[in-house]
Amino acid sequence: MAEARNAPEDAEKAPTQGGTTPAGSTTTGAIAVAAESTVATRMSAPPSYDVGDFPVPHGREEEWRFTPLERLRGLHDGTAVADGGIRVDVVAPDGVTQETVGRDDPRVGKAGVPADRIAAQAYSSFEKASVVSVPKETVLTEPVRVAVHGQGGTAFAHLVVELGAFAEAVVVLDHTGDAVVAANVDFLVGDGAKLTVVSVQDWDDKAVHVAQHNARLGRDASFKSVVVTFGGDVVRLHPRVEYAGPGGEAELFGLYFTDQGQHQEHRLFVDHTAPHCKSDVAYKGALQGDAAHAVWIGDVLIRAAAEGTDTYEMNRNLVLTDGARVDSVPNLEIETGEIAGAGHASATGRFDDEQLFYLMARGIPESEARRLVVRGFFAELVQKIGLPDVEERLLAKIETELEATV
Amino acid sequence: MATLEINDLHVTVDAEGGPREILKGVDLTVKQGETHAIMGPNGSGKSTLAYSLAGHPKYTITGGTVTLDGEDVLAMTVDERARAGVFLAMQYPVEVPGVSVSNFLRTSATAIRGEAPKLRTWVKEVKETMENLQIDPAFAERNVNEGFSGGEKKRHEILQLELLKPRIAILDETDSGLDVDALRIVSEGVNRVRETGTVGTLLITHYTRILRYIKPDFVHVFAQGRIAESGGAELADKLENEGYEAYVKGGATA
Repeated sequence: MAEARNAPEDAEKAPTQGGTTPAGSTTTGAIAVAAESTVATRMSAPPSYDVGDFPVPHGREEEWRFTPLERLRGLHDGTAVADGGIRVDVVAPDGVTQETVGRDDPRVGKAGVPADRIAAQAYSSFEKASVVSVPKETVLTEPVRVAVHGQGGTAFAHLVVELGAFAEAVVVLDHTGDAVVAANVDFLVGDGAKLTVVSVQDWDDKAVHVAQHNARLGRDASFKSVVVTFGGDVVRLHPRVEYAGPGGEAELFGLYFTDQGQHQEHRLFVDHTAPHCKSDVAYKGALQGDAAHAVWIGDVLIRAAAEGTDTYEMNRNLVLTDGARVDSVPNLEIETGEIAGAGHASATGRFDDEQLFYLMARGIPESEARRLVVRGFFAELVQKIGLPDVEERLLAKIETELEATV
Repeated sequence: MATLEINDLHVTVDAEGGPREILKGVDLTVKQGETHAIMGPNGSGKSTLAYSLAGHPKYTITGGTVTLDGEDVLAMTVDERARAGVFLAMQYPVEVPGVSVSNFLRTSATAIRGEAPKLRTWVKEVKETMENLQIDPAFAERNVNEGFSGGEKKRHEILQLELLKPRIAILDETDSGLDVDALRIVSEGVNRVRETGTVGTLLITHYTRILRYIKPDFVHVFAQGRIAESGGAELADKLENEGYEAYVKGGATA
């Protein structure tokens, strides 16, 4: 079959490497060749802007089965009430327009449709949206900074970032403080435009953050998403990409450091709707402490029209202590045989006492051994970010996380 | 003159039904420049001795002393022992995902030497040592022991031995699983270190084969958790001809 021939050799990698898979963790994966997508059909309801179209989840649905519903503070069942819990500050260089608009603004909701109940709840409940626009052919030399600071309440938010044709921009979304937030973030990337988005989840311990990121890429557009999740009680992000024309390229990178008791869930969906587009997904996470839970879902759908698609998705997890759990599910669906390449890999390894002994037996102190392993694990991905100040902040953050336990 | 002194060492390991004594009073002195071969049947406690000296947490010291130039080795943490000059080449080197060989070697050398080696001389030193051991330069960028063949793992252990220049080198069945070519390459590496005269070597092996390449000054037969007999290189010849049977039986009836 053509599909099989097109898949790279390592498409279905061995599920574990570098030690045993931690107890309770799962690493499964599938490459399906289907006439009709199951990515869509295994959701409880088709995408919709209206929260009423989604049943209240009970926890056994495919898209909710890993999520602790009882810790969502009512975002999933309609009991959460907005009380203006966040402050949003946008700092943008000259040439960028920032507006606060009403629900009826035509740019709102154009990049994608809410795919689950909380995204629809956010869409049904927000009052004003922030819109950041970079005019066509404008090349920014400084990033646009969007600071979202939680002030202890509950909020529903909507942000739109729009790049005109051939514009180039870097947008840094920085989440700090304490809040319960459900949001949709739209990225409208014009023809030939280049957008890099860094979303940092550096929340306080109690924050709950559920968001859908919709990127819609114009012809020959480039989109790079860097998701960095450290904080919060529950963080569940759903970055999605679709292609409005041929020649688009998406890179979706993610790093997470899941501590004791934290639930961090990243659900990716790349919808190859147009021919000759590329996608590259790479997420890496480290976990430490009791009941640290990381979930990674990587869905890639290559539709019949998307000939010449080149896609790869990868998830790696490093479990540093006992008691942490990882669920990693890559899923690739191919509806055309005429593709350039498609594959996925997922692996969860653990840093165990034997590794620690080996490094210490070479004179390396325990705390440094742990740092060596974690820094090495993240290094390759950190370098791909391409933004030195973000990279430095990230490495500093990793050091802090490590010091917390060592 | 570095001297490792082991006196009446008793070691237990946790097993079903409580701790089980593996080492039952080991006495041994290894001086800088000397090579001691420790030979014995499977299960006699040879590897336990090696890991106990390095400080593996699985083993509990229940009696006896180990000193290096009078310093109490047993009071040291694993990394302190390594920095004091004790090196264990492991029988089953551990995979460390995410850490490249080059990063690992440099971090280790920095820890052992107390300062970061100067980059230019370090690169040259690593490159030459790898060439001597016929290690592909591409290994430097691979993760420590990940996907290495058995022979590659052993050569990587000896690479560390050569770079870290310990005062006491414990080689735990470094010869096991090696073909004749690999055995020769690994032995040459060990001999380069021995020829400096600054290392005391404890060569733990089941077979006499490696002793054709690495000539021991002393041979000790290990049985039932202690040294049953000691002698010169000629003792190895006797073992080659007669095997361990005498020691196993002797122990069983004792």
